[in-house]
Amino acid sequence: MESMEAVAADNYQIDLGNLMAFDPNHHFQSVPSDRDELANECLQRGTELVQAIANAVFNIPTREDLDGPIVTLPAPTTRLPREKPLPVRRPPTAWETFAKTKGIKNRKKDKVVYDEQTHSWKRRHGYDRVNDDKDVPIIEAKMTDEPGEDPFAKRQTEKKQRVEKNEKNRLRNLKQAAKVGALPSHVQLSATSLPITGTQSVQKKVGKHELESVAGMAATSTASGGKFDKKLPGEKPPKHPGKFRKFLPVAEGKGMGSLEREQTDKVLNKLFSKHSHEIFDVNKAVNMYNDKNEKKKRSKKQDGKASPYANKLKPASGKSFKKSSSSGSSKKSPGKGSSKKSSFKKSSSK
Amino acid sequence: MGLEIRIPKSDRAKRAVEKRAPKLSENGKKTLILQGTKTSNMLNNVLTELYHLKRGSAIRYTRKNDNIRPFENGGETSLEFYSLKTDCSLFVYGAHSKKRPNNLVLGRTYDHHIYDLVEVGVENFKSMKDFSYDKKLAPRVGSKPFFAFIGEGFESVEELKHLKEVLLELFRGEVIENLNLSGVDRVYVCTATSSNTVFFTHCALRLKRSGTVVPRMELVEVGPSMDLVVRRHRLPNEGVTKQAMRKSIDPHKKKPKNVKSDFEGVRGRVYIPDQEVGSMPLFNNVKGLKRERREGKPKKEKDNDSQETKKQKVVSE
Repeated sequence: MESMEAVAADNYQIDLGNLMAFDPNHHFQSVPSDRDELANECLQRGTELVQAIANAVFNIPTREDLDGPIVTLPAPTTRLPREKPLPVRRPPTAWETFAKTKGIKNRKKDKVVYDEQTHSWKRRHGYDRVNDDKDVPIIEAKMTDEPGEDPFAKRQTEKKQRVEKNEKNRLRNLKQAAKVGALPSHVQLSATSLPITGTQSVQKKVGKHELESVAGMAATSTASGGKFDKKLPGEKPPKHPGKFRKFLPVAEGKGMGSLEREQTDKVLNKLFSKHSHEIFDVNKAVNMYNDKNEKKKRSKKQDGKASPYANKLKPASGKSFKKSSSSGSSKKSPGKGSSKKSSFKKSSSK
Repeated sequence: MGLEIRIPKSDRAKRAVEKRAPKLSENGKKTLILQGTKTSNMLNNVLTELYHLKRGSAIRYTRKNDNIRPFENGGETSLEFYSLKTDCSLFVYGAHSKKRPNNLVLGRTYDHHIYDLVEVGVENFKSMKDFSYDKKLAPRVGSKPFFAFIGEGFESVEELKHLKEVLLELFRGEVIENLNLSGVDRVYVCTATSSNTVFFTHCALRLKRSGTVVPRMELVEVGPSMDLVVRRHRLPNEGVTKQAMRKSIDPHKKKPKNVKSDFEGVRGRVYIPDQEVGSMPLFNNVKGLKRERREGKPKKEKDNDSQETKKQKVVSE
C-alpha cells in the first residue's frame, strides 16, 4: 500500500508555497453525464491530491503558538507575475558622492547640546535651539565690517540664502532620481503652473529673435524710417522695408484713373451689404411712399393754386422762406391764394 | 519652467500613497469585480459569490459599465483606470450577450495595464445556497485555500494552462510564510473535463484523526460549483512578462553563516572566541591573592575540617 501511495505522490506536482497539487496524468475515460457523478469523481480525485498536500504540510516541523500549531511554508514554486514593477534604488545625491570620494562618514550626533550662553541643555535643531541667531543680543564690531550695514539683517539674509541653496540642491537631487524613476513614493514632481489670480505674471525670457525684431522696429521708427541712422553691428535689416500703404491718385488719368474709385466703392459696398438689413426700415419706407403719393396728388390739384402754408405766411411777412419748395411754388401764383384758402377750410370743417 | 515638489500634506495621506507604491515584496493582489451593461441573473449570482469567496481582498462594483470591452482596442481604458483607482491588479468582468451568454473575463494587470485575459462562459452554475452541509465546516473568511488541479488538459492545452494560472492567482490570496494548521479549511478543486471545459468547485475540508501526525482529509462540497468553458484568451506580451517575472533580491535577508542543511536536518557550526585569560584585569584587593593570609589559612582550614568531621561523627553516633 505504502509503495503505491508513494508512486502516486510522485506523479503529482506539488507547490507547497501555494498549497497546490496538480495531477497531470488523470484523464477521463468518459465524462460522466450525470452532474452528481461527475462531482463525486472529482471530489474523490481531489481528496487524494489534498491528502498529498497535507502529507507534506503536516510533516513540516511545527511551532506551537497560542492560536495553534504553525508551520513555515517554503516559497511558492509557480512563477506568477508581479503586481507592479520592482522599485528602483535612488541614485546617490551630490553630497553622498562627494562624501564617498572624501571618505566622510555619518556620525551620530546627540539631539541635545549644552548651551554655553544660557548654561542649559538645548536642542541642536529647531525651536529654542542652541546658538540661535535670534538669541544673540550683541554682535561685536570688527575691523572688516562695512559701515552702514546691519549685522543682524546680514545674518538673517545669509541664513535665508543657505536655506534656499539647500532647497535648490534638494530639488536637483530629486530631479536626478526622477530621471531614473526612483522618486520616493510620496513625492511628486510637477511643473509649476501659472498663478491663477493673474496679479503676478511669470517673467518671460526674451528670445533672440524677439530682441532682433524689437531692435529693427526701433531703428525704423524715426521720421525717415531709419534711413540716416547708423547701423549697429549685427543689426538686421527691418522686416518690412518701404511703405505699408499705397495712396492711389484721386484725379482720373491714364490707366490708374478709376482704381481709387473702385477701391472705395468696394469698401462702401461691403459695408452697406453688411448692414443692409438695418438700413432698410419698412415702416419708414411705406410712410415715405405714401407721402410722396399724397404730394403728387396735391401738386396736381394745386395746378395754379398756392399751398395753404404759403398763404398763411404771406400776409404776415412778404419774405420768402429759403428751404421749403412749396413756398417757392406759391410764389409763382400769388394772386389766387385767398380763394384756395377758403376752400381748404371748408374741407377741413367737414 | 520650474519644478515643484508635491508631498502629501498629512501623514495619513502619505501612508495611503506609500501603501500603493511598488515594493520589493508585494502585498497580496486585490480583485475588482464588475459587470457590463447586461448581465443575466445567474451571472449576477456568480459575481456576488465570487466576491463572497474573495471577501476582504476584493472590491465589487455594481454599476453598469458600457465602455469596458477588455479584448477590444480602446475598451480597456476605463478598466485600467479603475484598476489604478482601486489599486486592484486582478479583475473579474461579467457580461451577458446573445453571442457570448454568461461571459466572465478573468484578467490580471501589471503596473495598472492589462497583462493577460481569459474569457470563460459559465454553465451549470450551482449556488452556495443549494448545498446542504454542516455549518460548522463552513470555511472562514480569508483562510488560505488548498488547490487541486486534475486533468492532463491543464498541461497539454494552452488555454487551460493559462486558465489554471489565472485561477490560482485569483483565489490563492496572500503569499504567506507561516501557516496555522488549525486554519486549514478549504480547497478549490478544478477538473479539466474536456479540452475547453473546467469543472470548478469549492469544498470545505474536514480533518479526521488517522492515528498519525497527518490527519485524514475529507472534502465536503460547499459551493459554488460551475463549469467554465474557455472562449477567448490573450497571453501576456513577452517583454512585459519578462519585466513582471523579475525577482527581487531582498537585501535585508542575509544568508545565515555556518549553517548547513542536509537531509537529516539543519546543522550549525559554533565558534567559541578565545577567552583571553591572560589579558583579564587583575584587582589588587582580591583576597585570595594576598600572600600573608594564604600562607596562614590552609593550616586553620585543615584544623577546622578535622574538627567538623569529628563532630559529625559524634552526631551520627
